Amino acid sequence: MDRLTEILNNQRSSEFPQFKSGDKINVHVRVVEGNKERIQQYQGDVIAIKGSGAGKSFTVRKVTNGVGVERIFPFNSPKIAKIELVREGKVRRAKLYYLRNLSGKAARIKDKNIH
Amino acid sequence: MPGLIGRKIGMTNLYNASETSIPVTAVEIGPCTITDIKTKERDGYTALQLGFGSVKEKAVNKAQLVNFKKNNVQPVKYLKEFRNFDITQYKVGQVITVETLFKEGEKVSVIGISKGKGFQGVMKRHGFGGVGGRTHGQSDRERAPGSVGASSYPSRVLKGTRMAGRTGNDRVTVKSLEVIKILPEKNIIFIKGAIPGAINSIVEINK
Repeated sequence: MDRLTEILNNQRSSEFPQFKSGDKINVHVRVVEGNKERIQQYQGDVIAIKGSGAGKSFTVRKVTNGVGVERIFPFNSPKIAKIELVREGKVRRAKLYYLRNLSGKAARIKDKNIH
Repeated sequence: MPGLIGRKIGMTNLYNASETSIPVTAVEIGPCTITDIKTKERDGYTALQLGFGSVKEKAVNKAQLVNFKKNNVQPVKYLKEFRNFDITQYKVGQVITVETLFKEGEKVSVIGISKGKGFQGVMKRHGFGGVGGRTHGQSDRERAPGSVGASSYPSRVLKGTRMAGRTGNDRVTVKSLEVIKILPEKNIIFIKGAIPGAINSIVEINK
């Protein structure tokens, strides 16, 4: 696996701000419609960062009209134009799958920078 | 089929022009030295003997070393013969690199030795379905091969009947795999999909 990362050496994660599970991020996704390309923003909480090397990915969860939506992005995906770190969250575990069973006020994540 | 010798590095994924992720296997391929040329007059057939992987001179046995010395080439670890090269265009000692033989988008076939699985039952080895369920009084039939000898006719097991046994560790050819990307300066080729063998095993890539 080390040889592979050495060969590929194309980890895009260094282009993006450092974020962790629990952070709120805004992902700018390039969407192709016909011949036109535009940017779609997808904002939500990072609930998991998985894998390593070329296959590393992160999961962003948001709730739209009462429906939970999760998108998984590979770090190396050329579809990601930009990532903005909106808010750092304070969480006690790396995988926040428990948020799927919570709704409303209970599903909020504490802000790291408010004491 | 002209080809080269390579070493499997591992699998990863790349993105194509339409930004779709493609599963690929990275193979370190070549550069291969021509260690000998087999000719119709001398050997009865034509082929190029290619070598791959550097090795210390003392690690090669004497019989091989004599051959290397005779043709004035560096000792190599792995030797393989490839027919269907146009031997008039090559000479002994010449080095063949990946970019001279392969192009991106081309189809190749890959030959390797599959991973050994040990003694396996018929479900894994031949894809049998097993006999049946857990209940109705049977206790050990779930992964069984079923009947093999029938009744009064033929009353014996036919030759070649598929049964349990050693699985894997076979020479396997996978045809028509697409070359996704070539890195000539690193001697790396990315082939779409999986190829036989474990990581670091030696494979043969043919056009």
